[in-house]
Amino acid sequence: MDQSLSLVMFSGTDDKLNAAAVLTAGAAAIGRPVHLFLQYWALDAFRADRIGADHGLAPEAGDAGRSAVNALQLAGQAPWHETLRQAKELGEVEIQACSLSMDLFHITEADLDPLVDGVEGVTAFWLAAGEGQVVFI
Amino acid sequence: MTVTTPVAKTVDARGLSCPLPIVKTALAIRELASGQLIEVLATDPGSTKDFTAWAKTTGNLLVESSVDGAVFRYVLIKK
Repeated sequence: MDQSLSLVMFSGTDDKLNAAAVLTAGAAAIGRPVHLFLQYWALDAFRADRIGADHGLAPEAGDAGRSAVNALQLAGQAPWHETLRQAKELGEVEIQACSLSMDLFHITEADLDPLVDGVEGVTAFWLAAGEGQVVFI
Repeated sequence: MTVTTPVAKTVDARGLSCPLPIVKTALAIRELASGQLIEVLATDPGSTKDFTAWAKTTGNLLVESSVDGAVFRYVLIKK
C-alpha cells in the first residue's frame, strides 16, 4: 500500500495554509512521505518577499474567526511556514511549485522561499502521487 | 502508572498547538538511544490521543500518560 500523501495547495489564506501545514507535519511525524503541490494563491503565499505577511482568512471566518485566530497567534502558535519547516526537518516532505501557476504570476524559482524544492508540471505531480491519497486544499 | 527511571530528555511543549508537541517529540527522540526515556509536557487537549496513536505507529512505548491541571505529561521509551 502506498502510504504517501499528496496535498494540492490552492488557497492562499493563512487558515487554509495552516490546515495544510498541520496535516503535513502530522503525516511526517508518523513517517508518511508528503508531496505538496503549490497552485494559484497558495503559490503566491510562498513568494520569498511575502511568506511572512498577513494572507488573510477564508471568507467564512468572519470577525469572530479573525478574533479566534488572533488569539491563537498571541498565545504563540507557530505560523504555517514555520510548521512546514519543522515538518521538512522531521520527515520526507517535498514541496513543488506548479509551473502553470508560476507563469500566471510571471515569477521564477528565485522568487520563491527556500521551503520550495522545485517547479514541476501536473504530470510529474501525478506520477509522484502514485497510488497514494490526494487532498485538495 | 508512574515511572521512576530518570528521563534522558524533556520536551516542553506547553503552549504549543497541534501538531507541534508530536513534531518536537519526534525530532527530540532521534537523539536518544534505544531504551532511553523521554518526557513530554503539553497543554494541547488533543495530545493524549495523538501520543497514544503516534506511539503505536512508531513503536515507541508510551509508559505514562497523566494530567495535572491543564498540563499533560507523557513518558515514552524509545524503541
